[in-house]
Amino acid sequence: MSQHTVDLSGLASHLPGSAAGDPGDAIARGLAASAPRPTYLAVADVSKRFGDFTALKNVSLDVREGEFVCFLGPSGCGKTTLLRAIAGLDIQNSGTIRQAGRDISALPPEERDFGIVFQSYALFPNMTVRQNIAFGLENRGLRRPAVAARVDELLHLIDLSAHGHKYPSQISGGQQQRVALARALAPSPGLILLDEPLSALDAKVRLHLRAELKQLQARLGVTTVMVTHDQDEALSIADRIVVMNMGVVEQVGTPQEIYDAPASQFVADFIGAMNFVEGVMLNPDEVMVGDLTLVLRRQARPAAAGERVVVAIRPEDVRVLGADAHAEWEHVNRVAVEVAAVEFLGSHVRASLRHPAFPAKPLVAQLSQSVARALQIVPGRRLDVVLPTDRLRVYEALRPHGAAAGAVHG
Amino acid sequence: MTRTTILAAAAAFLGLAGAATAGEITVYTALEADILPVYKKSFEEKHPGTTIRWVRDSTGIITAKLLAEKNNPQADVVLGTAATSLLLLDAEGMLQPYAPEGVKKIEARFLDKNTPPAWVGTNAWAAALCVNTAEMEKRKLPIPASWADLTKPEYKGLIVMPNPASSGTGFLDVSSWLQIFGEEKGWAYMDALDKNVATYTHSGSKPCSLAASGEYPIGISFEFRAARLINQGAPLVAVIPAEGIGWDMEASAIIKGTDNEADAKKLMDWAVSDEAMKIYAKNYAILGNAAFEEPIKNLPANLKTKLIDNKFDWAAANRAAILQEWQRRYDAKSEPKKG
Amino acid sequence: MARLRAPSMADLALGAPSAPLIRPKAGRDDRLMLAFVLMIGAYLVVSLALPLGFMLWKSAEVRAFAYGVVELQVDVGQGFLSLGTLEEAAPRLGLADPVDQARRSASLTAAQLFPDARFGERPLSAVRMRLSGGASDGVLELGGKAAASGEWVEAGPRDLRRLVLRAGTIRSLGNYIAYFSNPALTNSIVNSLVVSLSTTLITVLAAFGFAYALQRTCMPLKGLFRTIAMVPILVPSLLAGLSLVYLFGNQGLLKGLMMGSSIYGAPGIVAGCVFFTFPHAFLIIATALAISDARLFEAARALRTSPTRTFFNVTLPGARYGVISAAFVVFTLTITEFGVPKVVGGDYNVLAVDIYKQVVGQQNFAMGAVVSVILLVPAVIAFVVDRLVTARQVALLTARAVPYAPSRNRALDASAFLFCCVVAGLLLLVLGVAQYASLVKFWPYNLTLSFAHFAFEGVDGGGWESYFNSLRMAFYVAVIGTAVVFVGAYLVEKGRGFAAARAGLHFLAMMPMAIPGLVLGLAYIFFFNDRANPLNVVYGTMAILVISSITHFYTVSHLTALTALKAMDKEFEAVAASLKQPVTRVFTRVTLPVCLPTALDIAAYYFVNAMTTVSAVVFLYAPSTTLAAVAALNMDDAGQIQGAAAMCMLIFYTNLGARMVHALLSRGLARTQAWRIR
Repeated sequence: MSQHTVDLSGLASHLPGSAAGDPGDAIARGLAASAPRPTYLAVADVSKRFGDFTALKNVSLDVREGEFVCFLGPSGCGKTTLLRAIAGLDIQNSGTIRQAGRDISALPPEERDFGIVFQSYALFPNMTVRQNIAFGLENRGLRRPAVAARVDELLHLIDLSAHGHKYPSQISGGQQQRVALARALAPSPGLILLDEPLSALDAKVRLHLRAELKQLQARLGVTTVMVTHDQDEALSIADRIVVMNMGVVEQVGTPQEIYDAPASQFVADFIGAMNFVEGVMLNPDEVMVGDLTLVLRRQARPAAAGERVVVAIRPEDVRVLGADAHAEWEHVNRVAVEVAAVEFLGSHVRASLRHPAFPAKPLVAQLSQSVARALQIVPGRRLDVVLPTDRLRVYEALRPHGAAAGAVHG
Repeated sequence: MTRTTILAAAAAFLGLAGAATAGEITVYTALEADILPVYKKSFEEKHPGTTIRWVRDSTGIITAKLLAEKNNPQADVVLGTAATSLLLLDAEGMLQPYAPEGVKKIEARFLDKNTPPAWVGTNAWAAALCVNTAEMEKRKLPIPASWADLTKPEYKGLIVMPNPASSGTGFLDVSSWLQIFGEEKGWAYMDALDKNVATYTHSGSKPCSLAASGEYPIGISFEFRAARLINQGAPLVAVIPAEGIGWDMEASAIIKGTDNEADAKKLMDWAVSDEAMKIYAKNYAILGNAAFEEPIKNLPANLKTKLIDNKFDWAAANRAAILQEWQRRYDAKSEPKKG
Repeated sequence: MARLRAPSMADLALGAPSAPLIRPKAGRDDRLMLAFVLMIGAYLVVSLALPLGFMLWKSAEVRAFAYGVVELQVDVGQGFLSLGTLEEAAPRLGLADPVDQARRSASLTAAQLFPDARFGERPLSAVRMRLSGGASDGVLELGGKAAASGEWVEAGPRDLRRLVLRAGTIRSLGNYIAYFSNPALTNSIVNSLVVSLSTTLITVLAAFGFAYALQRTCMPLKGLFRTIAMVPILVPSLLAGLSLVYLFGNQGLLKGLMMGSSIYGAPGIVAGCVFFTFPHAFLIIATALAISDARLFEAARALRTSPTRTFFNVTLPGARYGVISAAFVVFTLTITEFGVPKVVGGDYNVLAVDIYKQVVGQQNFAMGAVVSVILLVPAVIAFVVDRLVTARQVALLTARAVPYAPSRNRALDASAFLFCCVVAGLLLLVLGVAQYASLVKFWPYNLTLSFAHFAFEGVDGGGWESYFNSLRMAFYVAVIGTAVVFVGAYLVEKGRGFAAARAGLHFLAMMPMAIPGLVLGLAYIFFFNDRANPLNVVYGTMAILVISSITHFYTVSHLTALTALKAMDKEFEAVAASLKQPVTRVFTRVTLPVCLPTALDIAAYYFVNAMTTVSAVVFLYAPSTTLAAVAALNMDDAGQIQGAAAMCMLIFYTNLGARMVHALLSRGLARTQAWRIR
């Protein structure tokens, strides 16, 4: 938990359901990210309806001990509903949730073991920073000095030791966010739930706090679930990401897995930029796009021949001949295109490439500024690109929107 | 705060008003508010340890209140309320017959005919006209001297009288007219009078007050209020109409089921006592014990001779029918037609 | 390839065997909050829904004699002779139809059947009656003692008066039929509508002008005008009636202005109602004008729209919901108003006074209930429309508008100032006249000044005792009412789960606004005065006055509390739960301190209204709990108008004091609450 104090194990033993164990252990756990860790939170087959609207549909996932997991998805995807179900604030209609082996499915929030930070922070306006942090430590049989010591420790942890006497309205948004976090951490809960904790902040403060949050979590090793709609945030902060859409889990994986191998067209579309072109499967290894035949690496679950599919490739994976050494001797999936438009993006340019095989939507390629300059990428320029076989992904044509459900808590 | 705590708070702080305390008697009365303290003082001096808690309202309301509480009487004694009302209560079996000490000194017409009497009359009050002399002078109008005068066109819009449905005085007037003129002519008289009446008031004393302030210069009211207001400096004269006037007794009775019968009896004894009569004499011209009668300042001396032979039983029995007819004829007024 | 499978039925069906349904376990907080919801809900049911329901039920109950089940025997000296049932004997005894007879009098004595104790020509020596029927057939009594069903009751000639048959009841719409076939009563419907519509028109116009002047011009003394506009709230409405009598009555100071017509009747009612409804309309319209969007006016100026067109095309539409809402509020206040028409109505009958007359004057509770139901109709309609309109107004408010800042315009500012002077002058005139009248020795013949009328000696109504009762009651209402309302609103807004119970509580909390005070009071008589009701103990106590006042003014207080609570972060309770702190601790440590200014507002509102209300308590006060405003009414009733004016002024100064205390407390609070300062 913390390196510079007092005996916190005594405190922890006073707190029902708090993560037991030596603080040193926790740090070790946090650092040893690659080691397989036991499941701490298990969500199984959870469904939740609000009237006619289905917010969660048979959601199952595991969060391992000490892990930082992000629920990511557009608004209305059910991520907040899931978080609130875990907190016991909106209990699911069916399915079970187990925390540290205990079935908490039906428990009211006060009988569960978690700390929570909301988007609004919900700091008590009439209490000072100290009083806010101390709020959860009172009425627990702790002596005043112990409470004060714990508050001091947390103030130090969030670097606000000088601001303890201030009221929430007298400190900045970022400071408020840290106070809310400290308040949630104060009773040493086994689980921290963060509901869009950064979205009310300025972009700069947000980037800074994002890093700080990650660092803090790693240091404390407390299992953390964060809800966000910001993919950058999720990709940068999470150990694993749960991508949700329309009440179902689309994919669970590390940021790398999610980015590199989106499991569905939705994930592919939602995370990062992606080109999509329509095609028809010729066989498990080849897909026909217009008059082009593209070779692909065999997919995990191949589609049948003749099936209509969507072929996807990220703009940065499009290799432009002359810029990419590998592309020179690559003959597979080599396509001659014409530059339709160029978009300047600071360090990068984004080139829209036209080809008769995808007349409606040009293929977007992302190039570094220097490459674009060297190759004189300007509208009307003809060039060859390679679509690497291991970078092409094929998805079932996307379900029409609204087939599943409408929107609720995002 | 919960409902239980409200009730608890109510019990703790507010106290329960209906609860009787030892040595306290709850007395319902229609007497004028300003004479109650005098009665109370006299009684409580005579019977230290017993206090009176007054419940005062107009005759109609006191009667209705007692009727409404019939199954759960709150009053121990009803004091100084029209005999016609007590007849009604007696019919409901609500009165506890009792012959107070000294009842023999009271004139027979002041007593209930049963022995022991269910109620005892102590003094009487009578209808009177309150006429504002200043206003009459201003208008150069003669002071009316009879009921018949009131129907003259020159008094149009100058007269107020109490609504008999809500005021005992009002009913007294109506029932006396029906007795004086006979039923048919009585209604004809009221038809004519109605044309001159500016408004019917809720209470019996308001017409006199309105006359006193000149708002409406002629008020059909009662003699006691007239004398009072004249004493307060109102430019009024009390007129006893020549045809005769209706009157009623201030009667008293014990309410059956009282849990304080001993004190209630003490009050009844006091009500017919000589010292009580002396007090009545200051305000009332006609007493149950005529020996104590004195002329009342500012009231005509012929008052007693003008009292009609009031048939209380008839009035009580026909009250509902009379009121129904009255309302049918005059209560339908919906426009401020006069004044 | 991931998730190529289309969602199957199994995916869509919830609660499939594999996923057990979850029944959330109620926590300590849930149980506590549900308990409070049920308690406050029960309070509102008992103090509002049940009495009203009971009254409705009773209004369809008609008294009737059960002639058919009463047998009669007479003894004229030769033993008892049967006359059969009363039904058979009715023509011979001159009895009317059972319902008509009961309408004349609910009890029938043997003395009425046999006047002069005779049967035909012969003197009676005894009469026997027996009633064989159920509870709804009435009771047969001798000397107040009820006879058992089927038991013969015998009375001698002297006791005939004591042999009483009481009417039973039958369910019928007879009361309504009687109401609608009595033009004296139905006229009141038209009269009520006439005065309410006239008042609404005048008040809304005046209030709009006043509010417009305050919000849209740069005239001076705005603060003073705003304060003066609030004066009528601090006095019982009947004060306006009293002042009108002194101003325009037959001895009025300004009688000449009436040009021969009388203030008594519709003119007086309208004038008095305009006075007391003015601040309500003003507040609503001023709020509506305050939130109008300045950008629209800039656009109008940019388009060179004429001021007149701007007024009709921008100002009026922008404030239309406020104007409509004000109109309905004024209409409701007027049609349910009782004090003003009671004092200056003369013989111009209106519905509210009819209820009073039926109940207090004639003790005809059933007809009072019928008139109450009639009065409920426009009140409920106005309430519903007002709620709909208010909802739209709120929608306007949330659309981030830029507040309008008026610019100088000499002609407009001058005429606005003049208008406000006239209106404020009239308001102060009404107050001033009442003050003057209360200080004059004997109006209008002895105009020397004295405090004699403030001694309340020898007057009706209870004098100073009533005043202190009122103070006590207003204090209880303010303290208890604020607590109940605030906790109730907290549960409605912040409770978790049991949504239906909370919605029910909110519905109950909104109801009182649609219920006129007199109707509520009458419903209380029916409900609480029923011996079978265990809550009967509160009848005739201070408690019932406190309950009726709290309930009567519940809605506005509830809405005020809700507004404050909605402004609080909705996650405080969730945070507290996560920190394992009971909801009571959030409530006392956070919600209450933060909302303290609002709680003070509610308490002040309750206090002032409890001091001035007549309608909610006029049927319910007992001898030991007479109240100041009712005393004023009763003094007026007895013709002691100067005493009534004195009492009204006493209430005014008390409320003024309460308002000042409120202002001081609010200011003091703002100073101690450092956290409010950014």
